[in-house]
Amino acid sequence: MVSRAKRLVRGGICALALAPLMHALAAAPAAENSGGWGLLNMPEGVTSVSREIHDIHMVVFWICVWIGVLVFGVMFYSMFAHRKSRGHKPATFHESTTVELVWTIIPALILIVMAFPATRTLKELYDTSEADLDIKVTGYQWKWRYDYLGTDVGYMSELATTQASVYGQAPKTQFYLEEVTEPVVIPVGKKVRFLITGADVIHSWWVPELGVKRDAIPGFVNETWALAKEPGIYRGRCAELCGKDHAFMPIVVNAVPEEEFNTWLAAKQADAAALRELTEKTFTLEELMAKGDEVYGRSCASCHGASGEGIPGAFPALKGSAIAQGPVADHLDIVVNGKPGTAMQAFGAQLSEVDLAAVITYERNAWGNKTEDNIVQPADVFQFKQER
Amino acid sequence: MASESNYYVPESSWFPVVTATAMGLLAVGGGLAVQGRTGLPLLVGLALLAVVLFCWFSTVIDENMKGLPGAQLKRSYVIGMGWFIFSEVMFFAAFFGALFYVRVLAVPWLGGEGDKAMTNELLWQGFEAQWPVMQTPDQVVGGSKFVAPHENMGFPGWDRFLGWLPLWNTVILLTSSWTVHIAHHALKHANRARFNLFLGITVALGLTFIGVQYVEYHEAYVEMGLTLQSGIYGTTFFMLTGFHGFHVCMGTFMLAIQLIRGLKGHFKPDDQFGFEASSWYWHFVDVVWVGLFIFVYVLG
Amino acid sequence: MAHGPAKGIRRWLFATNHKDIGTMYLWFSFTMFLLGGFFAMVVRAELFEPGMQIVRPEFFNQMTTMHGLIMVFGAIMPVFVGLANWMIPMMIGAPDMALPRMNNLSFWILPFGFTLLASTLFMEGGAPNFGWTFYAPLSTTYAPPTVNFFIFGIHIIGASSIMGSINIIATILNLRAPGMTLMKMPLFAWTWLITAFLLIAVMPVLAGAVTMMLMDINFGTSFFDAAGGGDPVLFQHIFWFFGHPEVYIIIIPAFGVISAIIPTFSRKPLFGYSSMVYATAAIAFLSFIVWAHHMFTVGMPIAGELYFMYATLLIAVPTGVKVFNWVSTMFRGAITFETPMLFAIAFVVLFTLGGFTGVMLAIAPADIQYHDSYFVVAHFHYVMVAGALFSSTAAVYYWLPKWCGRMYNETMGKVHFWVSFIGFNITFFPQHFLGLAGMPRRYADYSLQFADWNMVSSIGAFIYGASQLLFLYNVIATIVAGRKVSDPKIWEGAEGLEWTLPTPAPYHTFSTPPAVK
Ligand code: HEA
Ligand code: HEA
Ligand code: HEC
Ligand code: CUA
Ligand SMILES: [Cu+2]
Repeated sequence: MVSRAKRLVRGGICALALAPLMHALAAAPAAENSGGWGLLNMPEGVTSVSREIHDIHMVVFWICVWIGVLVFGVMFYSMFAHRKSRGHKPATFHESTTVELVWTIIPALILIVMAFPATRTLKELYDTSEADLDIKVTGYQWKWRYDYLGTDVGYMSELATTQASVYGQAPKTQFYLEEVTEPVVIPVGKKVRFLITGADVIHSWWVPELGVKRDAIPGFVNETWALAKEPGIYRGRCAELCGKDHAFMPIVVNAVPEEEFNTWLAAKQADAAALRELTEKTFTLEELMAKGDEVYGRSCASCHGASGEGIPGAFPALKGSAIAQGPVADHLDIVVNGKPGTAMQAFGAQLSEVDLAAVITYERNAWGNKTEDNIVQPADVFQFKQER
Repeated sequence: MASESNYYVPESSWFPVVTATAMGLLAVGGGLAVQGRTGLPLLVGLALLAVVLFCWFSTVIDENMKGLPGAQLKRSYVIGMGWFIFSEVMFFAAFFGALFYVRVLAVPWLGGEGDKAMTNELLWQGFEAQWPVMQTPDQVVGGSKFVAPHENMGFPGWDRFLGWLPLWNTVILLTSSWTVHIAHHALKHANRARFNLFLGITVALGLTFIGVQYVEYHEAYVEMGLTLQSGIYGTTFFMLTGFHGFHVCMGTFMLAIQLIRGLKGHFKPDDQFGFEASSWYWHFVDVVWVGLFIFVYVLG
Repeated sequence: MAHGPAKGIRRWLFATNHKDIGTMYLWFSFTMFLLGGFFAMVVRAELFEPGMQIVRPEFFNQMTTMHGLIMVFGAIMPVFVGLANWMIPMMIGAPDMALPRMNNLSFWILPFGFTLLASTLFMEGGAPNFGWTFYAPLSTTYAPPTVNFFIFGIHIIGASSIMGSINIIATILNLRAPGMTLMKMPLFAWTWLITAFLLIAVMPVLAGAVTMMLMDINFGTSFFDAAGGGDPVLFQHIFWFFGHPEVYIIIIPAFGVISAIIPTFSRKPLFGYSSMVYATAAIAFLSFIVWAHHMFTVGMPIAGELYFMYATLLIAVPTGVKVFNWVSTMFRGAITFETPMLFAIAFVVLFTLGGFTGVMLAIAPADIQYHDSYFVVAHFHYVMVAGALFSSTAAVYYWLPKWCGRMYNETMGKVHFWVSFIGFNITFFPQHFLGLAGMPRRYADYSLQFADWNMVSSIGAFIYGASQLLFLYNVIATIVAGRKVSDPKIWEGAEGLEWTLPTPAPYHTFSTPPAVK
């Protein structure tokens, strides 16, 4: 019966979509990245919220299908039986208070029925109390930053797919546009509270499998939470238009067992300490240029162009730029503090001293740029930050 | 209901398309002017608009004096003016809505109220919600983009009550609403002298209001540090009172035109649409002020 | 009054005749539709396969934005104003519109407004790239400098809408023929009366929103900047207070058109006339109090989420009444399937489908997953393309013979319908799958699991787009060389004053008011 009904509706609507739709409803969510045709329905996900959402989604879907079957059933019947070409004579009735009341009340009742589970799930979704772990998530144009509150672990997570791959000069691999430099790691079975904010424009942190989507509003912190029941890698995306590279700031969540998480966190803490030491080291120009090339490609090239050419009217060229060839202090200032009110962000909080020194040095020497003091050391950056 | 057998349909006319051209120029010119590129197209647009509207309205007045439009067209004018004023109401509603939103929701949230405790803790630590905002979130965390005023426009206390300009402005506007009503009454009873007198007073009161508003703005900018850039309080204050002030200017101008027409002997006791429309507009401007007085000044 | 049209270009530049102005509106809107459709083709071509092939991401965003803006403000809104201009005076027994000169002004603003908007594509920094919803601060602090032209463009386009609406209200309230009471008025006039009210209520709010942007960008105010005590989300509230009624502004006149066509080709009076009127009014009322269903993920307090969810769900009730009434009108009629009727039937089916996905979106927790995904894109193209656009296509086929006294080519019309219908569904049905599987909207590029359905969708879009050229051809061929018709009542089952006028409709509609029983 059910499948006949389905066929009726869908057949009337779109014959071409019929087969895949049946498939979608029958099959469980397809395995990750298993080609396009399989992914048709909302994933059930791995949290209680995501599963409840999925259930509500299916219930409402089926209610709509049934209403559709009824309404279009009557309509198609009239279209077939009451056509002039079959000699049908038109009736003249044109109102009936009773039926009109009935079809006002019944839909209203149906809607009330839908509202109940929705209210329950929404309440659960909003209950961020008693979390085991707080992660601050900050959206930047066009990358994410994760800070584990209460530790000094914090890092940027950027797209790892190369420009060459995007522009067809290199093959597209399995996780094209779904891979990042460093995923956010969460422990399985623990309630993680995400404190979401934006650094520049509005972004939206969406991981379907966790049933989480929450906007990252600059100047405000939104809270949401997830408790992953199964370990795994869950991939999501920025869901709010945030400018040029909106499509290029994916999210990767790595849910791992608790012990593994603790080990990882300890290692990250140690890394942070090590980095502080590196800041005191003096680097050679070659070392800085190599590192700078890498940082530039990751953090700056999206606006200022792969070879510093910029985008006229939107982002200035750094090749031949007065600032990049002028006094170090000005150069440091714009990179560390950004320029409020423009897309040029304050990178001081996003990049380490080593990275900052490297990228600035790089800009002062690459693409034919020439300057007097062409080397900036991490210690200089550190000092600059202190003075502010 | 339509009962006239002769509808009045105006001949084709060059006014609209030229008005549209002027508005197009205004749009282009506005865009260029705010970018600081050139003010010329804006000025040309304004001039063109002034000229064509002058011609247009003169023609309508002429037609009216010749008695061309019947009662029906006049009813259309009434309906048109009514809905135009409604659209203005909605324009102000947007700004009042913004004011209520920031006062009731946004500013308290920045101060950590409701479920936004973390907003205050992580981003604006130390910011305390109060209205008027006398210290912006930006200032609290050491920024300098938005610097709050050191004094605000709120009720200054009973001791300084009489020097409180908004109070006087309220008195002025309420009086003017009354005088314009008297004028209307006089016109209906064919008392031309009284009509001219009270309409004259109304225009004078309108001008006085604008003068007082100017003094107030001057004080705000020079003495209180209250500017467009001084955070959300200055923003809402100037945008609401500013648009209102602009409407007062428009209203005064409209009434002044009616005064000139009155002196020239236009209008009949039963036919005075131009004046009535201006007076409705004036009442509307007055009502908006009452809203402003309560929500921007008294409760500010 | 003059008897015939003026000669040459003056007829159009200085027009005060409702039919001439209506004609200009219709051609203008079709031009904009082609332009907006062309932008959609660029979008679909880029999304044909993963990777960036044709455009750069920054240009892609401009295409998406301009497509949305032009379609909504340039194509759909003017097409219904054009139909209103042509038909309302004829339907209610009026000589013309109430304020003919203002009518001309309302029209002529549009070419200026949209030329300005489109010309930003060629300026430094490019066209608006922040989506048709232009959320701050992407549209303020981070916007290209052309945003200022966009703002002033919206101002004058809004002024045009307000004046057009005032005119329509004055016409309907004041110029009805004797005996034509409000509850005897054709539904198309009713739906426009209500739409005009919505327009006057919300266009000024949009003007307010862009004015705040202007101030934030150029004069240092902080409406949408938390650092000064403002809130970016405030922008969204104001925008959607306009934006949600706006989507009903787009669909309500379409309801009027469908309510005219279905009875005609069912040869049976419209079922439930008065409940249609009340339902439309109810939809209009509700449209003011549901706006934040577009903002379920911004982090509103839960009480707000629940309220907006419940209120939104309510809209399904009056809309359902309308759908049931149409179906009942067809029930036990004597149905024929001319092109207007085909489009009208497709409207009922596909609009209802879009309505169903609307109800799904209204379920706040589920919208956490749907929001800003292609599921939403599918939803609104079902209601806007298969809804508003199909109905205006139906209206053109339905009334064109009346307008020009020539019959369109029925076979070509049917071909146009079937290609459109199939092309439309191939384009937009798969977008439901894409959205559910996790593809966000406004994406210039996507990961590999979305590849197949995107390709299908693009192919559908090309088919659908090509079919519109057939429509253009059919309309021009009709006007130039269609078979002449002269029967006042073109369609056997048509009722109403407009069908008592000679065919083609005379230049001046009713110089003396007709009597209505
Ligand atoms: C013509 C335009 C139009 C119309 C008519 C509608 C109609 C509806 N829309 Fe839609 N909508 C848009 C245009 C439109 N929408 C656009 C453009 C957007 C995106 C904007 C953007 O972000 O760019 C959008 C987005 C949008 C959202 C936000 C999604 C998101 O961004 O996350 C929501 C959420 O609630 C929604 C809901 C609805 C509902 C409940 C209706 C209802 O009115 C539908 C009612 C109709 C029916 C339900 C069918 C008939 C009824 C029956 C047969 C009765 C029985 C039925 C039941 C009991 C279920 N719409
Ligand atoms: C009523 C309004 C309306 C209409 C009619 C349409 C019509 C179409 N839209 Fe619409 N669309 C919107 C309103 C509308 N859209 C809005 C509001 C948005 C949101 C914008 C935003 O996110 O800010 C949007 C977004 C949007 C997207 C999402 C973009 C993104 O998120 O990045 C897509 C993608 O497929 C799309 C496709 C189409 C297509 C294929 C058509 C087709 O129906 C168009 C068919 C018409 C033609 C093609 C023109 C005629 C033919 C020619 C000019 C000849 C050339 C033809 C060929 C080369 C084949 N639209
Ligand atoms: C989101 C886009 C964006 C990114 C990413 C970005 N910039 Fe910028 N940058 C800008 C903009 C916009 C300006 C112009 C600011 C202005 O108006 O003065 C700018 C200006 C500059 C200038 C001054 C150039 C001049 O001559 O005026 C330097 C130097 C600079 N950026 C360095 C960097 C470095 C180093 C990085 C990476 C670590 C980077 N930028 C990343 C957008 C960006
Ligand atoms: Cu970040 Cu979209
Ligand atoms: Cu809506």
